[in-house]
Amino acid sequence: MAEPVYRKIIAARVRSQMSYRASFAVECLSQVIAQAFELVVILVLFTRINALGGFGVDEVVLMFAIAAIAFGFADLVAGQLDDLPTFIRSGTFDAVLLRPLGTLPQMMSTDIRLRRVGRVFAGVVTLAYALTHVNIDWTPWKVLLVVVAPLAGGVILGSVWVVACSVCFWLIESRELANSVTYGSGAFTSYPITVFSKGLRYLMAYVVPGAFVAYYPSLALLGRSDPLGAPGWIGWISPLVALVAAAFAGAFWRFAVRHYRGTGS
Amino acid sequence: MRVHADLIIAGFRRYSTYRQAMLAGMTTNVVFGLLRAAVLTAAVRTASGTIAAYDIAATYTYVWLGQGLLGFVLLWGDTTLATRVRTGDVVVDLYRPWNLQTAMLAEDVGRAGYAVVTRLVPPIAFGALLFPFRWPEHPLTWPLFVVSALLALVTCYGVRFLINLATFWLLDNRGLVSFWNVTSGLLCGMVVPVAFYPGWAQVALWATPFPALLQAPINVFLERDYFSLAHQAFWAVALLVAGHLVLRRAVRKVVVQGG
Repeated sequence: MAEPVYRKIIAARVRSQMSYRASFAVECLSQVIAQAFELVVILVLFTRINALGGFGVDEVVLMFAIAAIAFGFADLVAGQLDDLPTFIRSGTFDAVLLRPLGTLPQMMSTDIRLRRVGRVFAGVVTLAYALTHVNIDWTPWKVLLVVVAPLAGGVILGSVWVVACSVCFWLIESRELANSVTYGSGAFTSYPITVFSKGLRYLMAYVVPGAFVAYYPSLALLGRSDPLGAPGWIGWISPLVALVAAAFAGAFWRFAVRHYRGTGS
Repeated sequence: MRVHADLIIAGFRRYSTYRQAMLAGMTTNVVFGLLRAAVLTAAVRTASGTIAAYDIAATYTYVWLGQGLLGFVLLWGDTTLATRVRTGDVVVDLYRPWNLQTAMLAEDVGRAGYAVVTRLVPPIAFGALLFPFRWPEHPLTWPLFVVSALLALVTCYGVRFLINLATFWLLDNRGLVSFWNVTSGLLCGMVVPVAFYPGWAQVALWATPFPALLQAPINVFLERDYFSLAHQAFWAVALLVAGHLVLRRAVRKVVVQGG
């Protein structure tokens, strides 16, 4: 019943962005550059060292690429939740509640940030490079994992986004706070978790399941064991973690929406 | 001069109104500092303790100074003038009896004054308390650091002013702004110290104004070199002169419609 409505909403958003071609192209390009520059950081560091957190340059680039695609997807789908504080402060969230559609899908489709496709694209190119430079004993399962891991990672990071932005229902001015978790997770998942100190790792890899976005799946692809001692199968369960994260995020969102109070007029 | 002093105070007051936003910004700043410090110090540790004369303490100091200076010089997020150009409100700014460039600089100095308390000191204090930290050895470094940070502020203002002025020709400078947002971190030496780059890249970067915005004051604080100060002074003046000239050309383009 609701599907045709969303198809129309999303098609309209896409059309509206495509109508400013030059601006869209520039924004898309700057997303590609952003991703490329983050890669430059890794490459500059590796002109001075041979391993980071126990991993070689191509292995780190592999994790970086999976994380980049995942972050691009998450941003594409959930990034517009960054505007939630504006909806709450101006009272327009009342309108969202009145429509006979789910509040979360409505918020997600307020603006499809199509320029994020640039980030996904850059991630895919980097992934292709990394896959041709690391040693992987290919099996059909690993081929499946390469495809599924970035998508599952996207769902995990998207769930993080939903939970972080839900906090805005209590603290309206918490956009920047949410950014430290959302963009922070984006930055965290790009590197092997062995790089980070214990406290940061517990928070960003396990409480926020950041380690399942790129790190564990990459270990499974590379056939390497985790220097921190996690079992080998852990790299294969990221789709499950994604499902749990999404279910949790959905429940948390509904809980948060119940705490919404209009700002009055 | 009176006007400029008032503008400095007004800038300070305007930004000190938003306290909750400031706390949120501080948290974000610290989280990103932790992430950046982890990656860089992991690299330094692997390279048996130093990269390009950055040891662990110097690397932490570099990260926390960078996180602090970022908000002080306001590397990102200054679009007031661009918006006023797009909406046409800039006409009001132009016929006021002031020099638009120095007036806005005065306001920015006021903003930066508030940012010292809320953006510059907290991450540095956080880093100095919880991590190895390299304090200056010569007392003279302190006043030099203040001078260098001020020059960084003026240089950064100069760059932002030019980016905003581009709106007179582009009408929408958002594309330019997003280019700036994604490239400046790397070019200014905020993400990786400029000294970590290969030699040719270092030469190329120091030929541009970008290291003057962040890397230079950090170099002064870490007592790495004082050439940075000359580099900053040159670019601060050059960018202000460029801004002055570009503004003069831009003003000629302004057409006030109707009456």
